[in-house]
Amino acid sequence: MAVKNRVPVLERPVEERIKSFEEVALGYTEELAVEEAKRCLQCKVPTCVEGCPVGIDIPRFIKQIAERNFEGAFKTVKSFNYLPAICGRVCPQETQCEGTCVLNKIGKPVNIGALERFVADWAYKEGLEAQDGADVKIQEARDKKIAVVGSGPAGLTVSSELGRLGFQVEIFETLHELGGVLVYGIPEFRLPKEIVKKEISDLKNLNIVLHKNTPVGYAIDPRELLETYDAVFIGVGAGTPKFMGIEGTDLNGVYSANEFLTRINLMRAYKFPEYDTPVYVGKRVAVIGGGNTAMDVARSALRLGAEVYLVYRRTEAEMPARRAEIEHAKEEGIKFMLLTNPVRYIGDSNGRVVAVECIKMTLGEPDESGRRKPVPMPGSNFILEVDTVVEAIGTEANRFLLSQFPGLETSKYGYVVVNEWGQTSIPKVFAGGDIVTGSATVISAMGAGKRAAQGITRYLLESV
Amino acid sequence: MEFPENTIVRKRRFAPKLYEFWIRNSLVSRKAKPGQFVIVRTSERGERIPLTIVDTRPGEFRLVVKAVGKSTYELCMKNEGDVLADVVGPLGKPSEVRNYGNVLVLGGGVGIAAVLPIARALKEEGNKLTVILGARTIDELILRDEFGFCDELLLTTDDGSLGIKGTVVDAMRELVKEKKFDVAWAVGPAVMMKFASYVAKEHNFPIWVSLNSIMVDGTGMCGGCRVTLKDEKGSKIEYTCVDGPEFDGRFVDWDVFMNRLTQYREQERLALEKFLAEVGDVSWL
Repeated sequence: MAVKNRVPVLERPVEERIKSFEEVALGYTEELAVEEAKRCLQCKVPTCVEGCPVGIDIPRFIKQIAERNFEGAFKTVKSFNYLPAICGRVCPQETQCEGTCVLNKIGKPVNIGALERFVADWAYKEGLEAQDGADVKIQEARDKKIAVVGSGPAGLTVSSELGRLGFQVEIFETLHELGGVLVYGIPEFRLPKEIVKKEISDLKNLNIVLHKNTPVGYAIDPRELLETYDAVFIGVGAGTPKFMGIEGTDLNGVYSANEFLTRINLMRAYKFPEYDTPVYVGKRVAVIGGGNTAMDVARSALRLGAEVYLVYRRTEAEMPARRAEIEHAKEEGIKFMLLTNPVRYIGDSNGRVVAVECIKMTLGEPDESGRRKPVPMPGSNFILEVDTVVEAIGTEANRFLLSQFPGLETSKYGYVVVNEWGQTSIPKVFAGGDIVTGSATVISAMGAGKRAAQGITRYLLESV
Repeated sequence: MEFPENTIVRKRRFAPKLYEFWIRNSLVSRKAKPGQFVIVRTSERGERIPLTIVDTRPGEFRLVVKAVGKSTYELCMKNEGDVLADVVGPLGKPSEVRNYGNVLVLGGGVGIAAVLPIARALKEEGNKLTVILGARTIDELILRDEFGFCDELLLTTDDGSLGIKGTVVDAMRELVKEKKFDVAWAVGPAVMMKFASYVAKEHNFPIWVSLNSIMVDGTGMCGGCRVTLKDEKGSKIEYTCVDGPEFDGRFVDWDVFMNRLTQYREQERLALEKFLAEVGDVSWL
């Protein structure tokens, strides 16, 4: 049987989307979802499941879609993953479930991500609640209490897993909204905040207690957590932004990606002055970096009316961003300046950035990352005139909480050291997400959350 | 009566646009130490405003706020019984309070409120305390009757309406000619902290200043509050929210710091104009 072509996902047209923060991908209609689901070969040994960090029974839910049993599909997905509308949108499926799909050998893989999103969106539109979905079998109520520090993807996953088992879970979040990077880092046009709110509010069905505006570290001493709770999970995210450290970093108009995105996403600066927090985006913006965050920044700046230059020191092939994000950015008109690196920022007499001096690069021998190392070409310097610069080159370990945690072993880069179950050097303390791995993806943080939930369960019920 | 968290339980007017608030918040009142701050949002659409914690008592903490921009106007217009959208804290490193010997404490304008808890804690540690408080005029020289515990208290006003005519830094310059200090604290407008730091540097004693950087999250995530610190070895970036808010003023790159404070001047002006047009006459504030 010939394998049909992958059914394309509906998208907002480019000319429309570059003017607004409304979601770009519109997903599948029922008909399109069924058509795409029918492409699945229902492999006896489903390699896609191996590629999924949370082990969703992918063939089963796809079969249910093909049979138009959307509610069943939702239940299947939700029983593995409490946040399918989020994951369906932001997981790097091409390197996970879709990357291991058998159809890759003869054509394009099944669009598993879009199908996951479809079932969640369908269920929420139909008014299904989380407890209608998943086989949420809260097992016998247990008297063990777990504190989860941080409400990003790792913390939310740990909480939903443990909540379902009947543990008493309390989440502590420093910001005024729950969701961590899902609310401050990922733009509305990729992940609408309403979706995040919906999936988080479902956690209440698991009797999870949510504490906003609660900074563990100062307001709550880690020692108090250790005394009050039977286990503690740390999922505080990546932490402080890195800067290249070149001349002019302190000029006005030079941002870290975290600040730029937090102003726009969490504080809704794109609606200033209707919302009170401003952001400065001039006519021309340079974004430094080639990861997903750089794409998010570039596309946000574009929507705020700027002409955007993405300055990346290697070639497109080495960019760490997802393919789809790179394609979206190009379609929308982001200008890629590859094999280019900034060497200094130039300011005017008011201390505001007006230009970036760049240098051209070539690729030399492979470095420790296995990628060919970018080498500057002497004398190739040139000036790029801009009003705003955003550096999106990564983050380093958060020192807010960890410095307060007595006896917690960290790596030389300051990240928390854990075993395969997410357990740290303090037996009752577990950790996962970016604070363990350094900046990574939403789903890898969720995978870590899932493992830590298993680790915590073992620790509390078996080995104690 | 028990108020919900983040309720304004008491409000007092010191001078035009200058107010004191007692706010209900058990986390802050339980844990705050001198030198730390909170971040407040007045409403769902509001900014995150960092403000130094002045005092605590069971279940409540105290702030002193001056209305200068849209968000602080909005806060100052709140009344007793109103509930703030969000309060988070305490944040930042506490002041390093211990017995140093002779300590000089400078407070300028609203900064007087911010140095009060630090001065009190320093006194409790047995330091010999000289305090200089200054403001533009007598009405703005707030809380001066609460500094009775210090060994020597000097007051200055720009217009000479009380105490020495001149600035806090003018008085400091005179004082350091005759007296030796082991350490100083200075909290107030950036320009005051800058020049006080120059005096301390000249006379070779450390001076802790509390930087009111523009910040968003307050936990080291956004990097907006970065300051440049310089010494003979070179310069480095630190973050006010997690490495501060106090830094030794001798090493702060003041030109960079003061320039970064002007980042949103245009947007701030616009927001305030729009707000004032909406709320009408605020001359009563």
